[in-house]
Amino acid sequence: MPRVFVSKIKKYYSFYTGGFVMFVLALAVAEYMGMPDQWIGWTFMAATVALYAGIGIMSRTADVTEYYVAGRRVPAIFNGMATGADWMSAASFIGMAGTLYAKGYDGLAFVMGWTGGYVLVALLLAPYLRKFGQFTIPDFMGARYGGHMARTIAVIGTILASFTYVTAQIYGVGIITSRFLGITFEVGVFVGLAGLLVCSFLGGMRAVTWTQVAQYIILIIAYLMPVVFMSYQVTNVPVPQLVYGAVLEKVTAREDEIMADPAQASARDAYQARADALGARIAMLEAGHNPAAGEEIAQLKHGREIAEAKARPLNHHAEPFPGRTEAERDTARLNFIALTFCLMVGTASLPHVLIRFYTTPSVREARESVFWSLFFIFLLYFTAPAYAVFAKYEVYTNLVGTSIVELPGWVASWAKLGLVMVEDINHDGILQLAELTLNPDVIVLATPEIAGLPYVVAGLVAAGGLAAALSTADGLLLTIANALSHDVYYQMINREASTTRRLAVSKGLLLLVALVAAWVASMKPDTILSMVAWAFSIAAACFFPALVLGIFWKRATKQGAVAGMLVGLGLTLFYLVGVKFYGMAKWFGITDVSAGIFGIPAGFATILLVSLFTPAPDRETQNMVESVRYPALNL
Amino acid sequence: MQLTDKHREYWRRNLKLTGVLLAIWFTVTFLVVWYARDLSDIVFLDFPLPFWVGAQGALIVYVMLVRHYARRMNELDEEYGVAEDGR
Repeated sequence: MPRVFVSKIKKYYSFYTGGFVMFVLALAVAEYMGMPDQWIGWTFMAATVALYAGIGIMSRTADVTEYYVAGRRVPAIFNGMATGADWMSAASFIGMAGTLYAKGYDGLAFVMGWTGGYVLVALLLAPYLRKFGQFTIPDFMGARYGGHMARTIAVIGTILASFTYVTAQIYGVGIITSRFLGITFEVGVFVGLAGLLVCSFLGGMRAVTWTQVAQYIILIIAYLMPVVFMSYQVTNVPVPQLVYGAVLEKVTAREDEIMADPAQASARDAYQARADALGARIAMLEAGHNPAAGEEIAQLKHGREIAEAKARPLNHHAEPFPGRTEAERDTARLNFIALTFCLMVGTASLPHVLIRFYTTPSVREARESVFWSLFFIFLLYFTAPAYAVFAKYEVYTNLVGTSIVELPGWVASWAKLGLVMVEDINHDGILQLAELTLNPDVIVLATPEIAGLPYVVAGLVAAGGLAAALSTADGLLLTIANALSHDVYYQMINREASTTRRLAVSKGLLLLVALVAAWVASMKPDTILSMVAWAFSIAAACFFPALVLGIFWKRATKQGAVAGMLVGLGLTLFYLVGVKFYGMAKWFGITDVSAGIFGIPAGFATILLVSLFTPAPDRETQNMVESVRYPALNL
Repeated sequence: MQLTDKHREYWRRNLKLTGVLLAIWFTVTFLVVWYARDLSDIVFLDFPLPFWVGAQGALIVYVMLVRHYARRMNELDEEYGVAEDGR
């Protein structure tokens, strides 16, 4: 690794970070001088997307290694930032703090799962994949388990896990651009698509990598800034991660007050009365056996669920696995563990993350690069719980108990978009906690306003959310297109294809996949969005056992791997679809999202069993396994 | 190039290191979660202990585990003469 190259890149990105901070400050001054909000929004959006496009055009390439793995010369620290941006999606940036707000301790499964998975990446996969040194994950399956079977299943797994995920990212881009620029959602989706393609189309992995580094810098600044200000306002210490324990204690005390307050109880009772009334109506309709009433019954049941949730007594934010009975608490604990496990193993199996470790110059740097990746991801995930607690403190102390006509301005502005709802169910003119409905996304989006910061900070947050969504979508798009062009077209259909032709096919497929994903996203498919969390279980069950045993157990055979991948993937899909769409009874109360908890062990067991009953792999394959284990050994 | 005893010893030490680090990973994640309700009354840095572990402690341990592994393995590469050239 030439040191000149590293120090040049460091210099570029330091200038860039400084320039970005100056740009934000300049906009803040412009706002102070009277620049309208809408203009600030447009300037932010245009400047950041133009920047990504500029990097994309500068990184254009016609070289296969540059296009697929950025020339394998991305230094550890920059690969870490790129992995961070690749990894943290719109859901992490916008949704995570909201989930933690809503679920308290139980939401920490996401925080632990999405960071702890990198321990598995570091210890079990990254260095070995780097030594193997090809282009895609199906490449590894193809080389280790010979023939096209394993490769084909891996391609199918890659597409299954990545496609719903990329659709959700494009959907997120549409939401952010439409809300922020005042254009319609469908137009927003296609604006986002253009933003995506300028990065990946010309320069493949090389362009995506260097844009992702730029996007990481924007997203982390945007994420930290509002909560640092809020922390300073509440505690006079601008390090939210250190001081929110004390704020959490105040939240806990306030929770007890809210539970003891008769006015709060009256609001909850009113919701219970509503739930009971809806229940009576449902019973009446169901007794009528009228098939036409099915739709109405479903709606009423949904309404009853919401009312019942509001009537329930408050749980403490920091209480693990709240529940009414011991059995309920045990199921909650089991689900927490299953979810954490699936998210971790899924993190270590998602192809768009793993291929990032093909891009470092050496095994040594691949190991260091996982550390940097986790460190940069840690910065955000370690802050998210603080966001949630500060927001809760603000809502519980300054919002709950105030008169409904005197609510702060941000409540009304987000209510207009349907993300905040207030209903005075007990008609006392005062806001009780049960009367307030917050969409989880609002926590991060509204924090700048809650903390009374200028609009420029809200613009920064939107630019950060956009950076998070675009960077993840780019990584995923490239992964899907490369699986199709490299593994299906080049490896299976036309081994004689020239470099020019291979790249032309890759770019054509990239465009096609992007258009299909944008078209699906523009239809706002609810089912697709709820299926995103499945990607982790699907990837985990399909890839993890075959990858890990492929490296650590020489005896694992082709037949074993193929059977294991099929059983793992099959069982996971069977459970997911059965529980979600066909009302299948849950096994041990495990929710569909954690289906991998059954698929992963089943995959391991199948590979072990089938391998022992089939002939050991040939000398050549065993040599390949040996050679990935030692950085400087080539057998 | 053939595998030597030195290679095998390198691999054994790698497996041992990986095993120990995974055991720590397992403990801070799953063991703490399993006993979370029982540990809730312990206060650490103003937080209930299991909440702090889930929100900060476990994450810090993960970062340290990965850092330690990278350092130690890069040392072992040199020690056993399996490091890549060109650095």
